[in-house]
Amino acid sequence: MSYIRKPRIIHRGLARNDLGLTVRDYEGGMSTLCAGCGHDSVTGALVQAAFELSIPPHQMAKLSGIGCSSKTPAYFLQQSHGFNSVHGRMPSVATGANAVNGDLYYVGVSGDGDTLSIGLGQFMHAVRRNVNMLYLIENNGVYGLTKGQFSASADVGSRAKKGEENIQPPIDPCQTVIAQGGSFVARSFSGDKEQLVPLIKAGLAHRGFALIDIISPCVTFNDHEGSTKSYQFTRDHYHPAIHADYVPPSEEILAEYEEGAAMPVILHDGSTIVLRKADAAYDPTNRAKSLAMLQESQASAEIMTGVLYIDESKPEMHEVYQTTDDPLLDIDYGRLCPGSDKLAALQERFR
Amino acid sequence: MKPTDTANPDYFHQVVDCQWACPAHTDVPGYIRLIAQGRFDDAYMLNRKSNVFPAILGRVCDRPCEPACRRSRVEDKPVAICRLKRVAADNRGDIMDRLPTAPAKKNGKRVACIGAGCASLAVANDLIPLGYEIVMYEALDKPGGLMRTNIPAFRLPVDVLDEEINMILDMGVDLRLNTPVESMAALLEENYDAVFVGSGAPKGKNLEIPGRYDDEDHVHIGINWLESVAFGHIDSIGEKVLIIGVGNTAMDCCRTSLRLGAKDVKVMARKPRDFFKASDWELEDAEEENVEIVVNRQPKAFVIENGKLAGMTFDVMEYDVDKKGRITDTRMTGEEFFPADDVVLAIGQENAFPWVERDLGIEFDKWDVPVVDRTTHESTRKGVFFGGDAAFGPENIIWAVEHAHQSAISIHKHCLGEDVNNRLPDGMNLVSTKMGMHEWSYSNDYDPQERNIVPHVDLATRFRELDIEVELGFSAEQAAEEVERCLNCDIQTVFTEKLCIECDACIDICPVNCLTITQNGSEEHLRMRLNAPAENLEQGLYVSAELPQTARVMVKDEDLCVHCGLCAERCPTGPGICRNLACCIPTCLTRQSPTPRRKCASLGPEQRRKEQNKHRRVQVDRFLTGF
Ligand SMILES: Cc1cc2nc3c(=O)[nH]c(=O)nc-3n(C[C@H](O)[C@H](O)[C@H](O)COP(=O)(O)OP(=O)(O)OC[C@H]3O[C@@H](n4cnc5c(N)ncnc54)[C@H](O)[C@@H]3O)c2cc1C
Ligand SMILES: Cc1ncc(C[n+]2csc(CCOP(=O)(O)OP(=O)(O)O)c2C)c(N)n1
Ligand code: SF4
Ligand code: SF4
Ligand code: SF4
Ligand code: SF4
Ligand SMILES: [Mg+2]
Repeated sequence: MSYIRKPRIIHRGLARNDLGLTVRDYEGGMSTLCAGCGHDSVTGALVQAAFELSIPPHQMAKLSGIGCSSKTPAYFLQQSHGFNSVHGRMPSVATGANAVNGDLYYVGVSGDGDTLSIGLGQFMHAVRRNVNMLYLIENNGVYGLTKGQFSASADVGSRAKKGEENIQPPIDPCQTVIAQGGSFVARSFSGDKEQLVPLIKAGLAHRGFALIDIISPCVTFNDHEGSTKSYQFTRDHYHPAIHADYVPPSEEILAEYEEGAAMPVILHDGSTIVLRKADAAYDPTNRAKSLAMLQESQASAEIMTGVLYIDESKPEMHEVYQTTDDPLLDIDYGRLCPGSDKLAALQERFR
Repeated sequence: MKPTDTANPDYFHQVVDCQWACPAHTDVPGYIRLIAQGRFDDAYMLNRKSNVFPAILGRVCDRPCEPACRRSRVEDKPVAICRLKRVAADNRGDIMDRLPTAPAKKNGKRVACIGAGCASLAVANDLIPLGYEIVMYEALDKPGGLMRTNIPAFRLPVDVLDEEINMILDMGVDLRLNTPVESMAALLEENYDAVFVGSGAPKGKNLEIPGRYDDEDHVHIGINWLESVAFGHIDSIGEKVLIIGVGNTAMDCCRTSLRLGAKDVKVMARKPRDFFKASDWELEDAEEENVEIVVNRQPKAFVIENGKLAGMTFDVMEYDVDKKGRITDTRMTGEEFFPADDVVLAIGQENAFPWVERDLGIEFDKWDVPVVDRTTHESTRKGVFFGGDAAFGPENIIWAVEHAHQSAISIHKHCLGEDVNNRLPDGMNLVSTKMGMHEWSYSNDYDPQERNIVPHVDLATRFRELDIEVELGFSAEQAAEEVERCLNCDIQTVFTEKLCIECDACIDICPVNCLTITQNGSEEHLRMRLNAPAENLEQGLYVSAELPQTARVMVKDEDLCVHCGLCAERCPTGPGICRNLACCIPTCLTRQSPTPRRKCASLGPEQRRKEQNKHRRVQVDRFLTGF
């Protein structure tokens, strides 16, 4: 961490978005993470994406559990809503919040420990309900906050800082979510903002549960030789399989794309993501093919990145439950809480 | 782009905008930090090493450093660099035992200095400690040149001037007052080992228009008039005064007139305000004293009534100015009369060398100005050097001082029988400023404090005497605030690309978005592709070598970096990338430790220079500053 706050000086050439804000208006408090932590870089990408989308900061809610990764919502969008929940319990808090106010952008930030160990059950149910949120796993293969124990995402054979080898097979969140029927699954790397920023934008625009599993190296406990989640290893085994260009609703698609390799997907809010595929034959809307591709790449220790699977047709939680579109907060109190007479009448029906 | 060659001392030096802009390369951030620590003696000595006259310059320097100051790119106003120099001088204790002295054993060389202005004095300051004997000829009965005769005492008090001049004279200068040099030929016959001409630009420009000589008692040449005022030969002026010209001399003339009894002083400018030669602060000070500046009036004639000056007529001018601020067309739209009891001409100065015979091998060009080498200051006659206003026409004190330093180097080389062109290159020394995990040896936090305003003596009081100093100098509280405004531009962030893991931490933390990791490309493209476009072409891009993991490059736009060091603090790769730069500007006292010959012989020119820089040792600091 640093001891002085990042000073508030605005570069005169700094761009302004539709709201007249600069990227600096989307920053948060001073990071207390280790210098060089991948999580800080993901924070930077989130700041950039929210700025580019001109999201009014008060229209976003940031939720997290426990871990170095889960601390990061304090470091972006200072003026947004936030909830730092118990370890692994963020998905249910997000589900609840979304149930009462579906109008906000929900960003859940979690770690591989928070999501794949203690929080796996909660996580799967948020996927199952297709809660309309962006869910980021800042995946470093360790429990950073508790000093570097292997997490459930550590690869077999990956070595800890002191040399011991991981022998448990990893849980791959992408495969798990695709298998469970998730509607948007992507993988990226904290060290590649060019890929990550458009993915975050697409994830925010996607209707339903959008997972981005972000390899985000822990410089302190998992960035050594022998680790499969280090900066070096990730760069050596990194395959940008499907690049996503995010095109906002108001803009035309201007870039020219090669036949077959490019696939536009129109998102619910009218924006488009153009998927540029390294392999033209790959179809990221086909669940079985996606899973197969991921399993193959896992076997050959390749890290496939980009939008791995997408299904824009799947209804999200509110649609499934047919709950009201209006945030409860906007509903007249009399309607929201009809009073004890109405309750008594209702209870009468069940007697 | 190619990786930036940071082994070339000019690169980092240029980033220290103020020091780069200062003709004598005063270590501004260095002395500002010393002031911040309350080390006024050290701050004064550090100044004196470069600019020789800190107390004088802390009041009247032309301050080219301030318009260059980085702070004025980050917000409106630069650091009050000049006023902080005065803070060091005002608050210092007794430093007499730290001043350079003449060695007991002289080196047997005699140098003649013509004129006792700042240029000659600074030459003496540099050469006496090396054992030279200096004979200084001065036409007037006091030393100091224009600093005494023309810069009014209400800007530069006489005791301040005397004290700093005496620091030099007390080392033992053979000063010959009231001794104008009337023949260069005769002087050369005295067989000095070298001659330094520091006689200034003593001729005030005249205005040859009708009526000029019809009432000579009431039409004055600015610099001569100021000199007469300074020496007490003139102590009054008429009620209505017109000053012709709008440079700094004009500002001194109008303000002096007010102190001699003038009630209505107008400064007559030929062009609009954007074309004024006077510094903004001099204009502000004059206008604060209710001097009226009349623009677009071109002098036409002096009007004489009954043999006495009644005023002047002017052509009323109109100008067309294009977008770039250049005049494209000029018209006269009429004529106007301004009454006046006295007129002071302040339209410029020229060099004049009636006492230099033209057959001595000292060449003069077609404007009758001596031909002088810009670097060595040598004239076309070996052993005769020119500096200060005498060299290239009127400039200012700090340029005169720099000329003196360079001339002293040349004189020393000349006397040693060395080639004056074979000069030491500038050097540099980078020292880590990291003291601990989050501790730096400088105050790295950005302070949003706005520039402090120097308090002035009130208007009623200041006119009572001619020599009441108008500026009071910063209070202790103001100085303490002002030092924190300095961004420490000499703290350099040095890339250690082979260690970089491209984690982006530095990129994300940079408050002014001036760092980027990106694909390399041409400068033009890179400038547009950075996190914030690098539009100020005067400021360089610092480009790293290829980064090990992705072969991209790290690029820093030097324009707006506020030297907070956060990028270094956030970098996980160990020793940190923030270093303090000490620019080593050679003077005649600088020694170079020889680069091992054999090693250099096998190297190309580029590598040889790097090697030489590595081996350079500068001893001058300890000697001249005593710390
Ligand atoms: C009105 C006015 C205001 C100024 N204000 C500022 C200011 O605020 N800040 C600033 O930085 N600069 C200022 N300047 C400019 C500055 O004063 C000069 O640039 C500087 O003094 C030049 O120094 P010098 O040593 O070259 O010459 P000078 O200061 O001119 O000294 C030359 C000396 O040589 C003597 N001399 C000349 N000929 C002979 C001879 N043949 N034999 C013997 N002696 C001789 C002269 O009497 C004089 O003493 C001002 C100039 C003027 C005219
Ligand atoms: C209920 C509970 N169990 C255990 C812990 C201890 N704990 C804190 S953080 C953490 C793991 C964090 O790992 P991860 O989510 O990967 O975050 P990282 O620090 O690696 O970013 C654990 C086990 C806790 N805080 N609460
Ligand atoms: S321990 Fe690891 S995960 Fe936690 S802040 Fe440090 S580098 Fe990041
Ligand atoms: S901020 Fe300080 S170091 Fe930088 S240019 Fe200004 S005075 Fe010089
Ligand atoms: S010192 Fe580093 S972080 Fe600070 S402004 Fe300069 S480049 Fe940016
Ligand atoms: S913080 Fe250090 S390691 Fe990280 S990108 Fe910057 S220079 Fe490289
Ligand atoms: Mg983790």
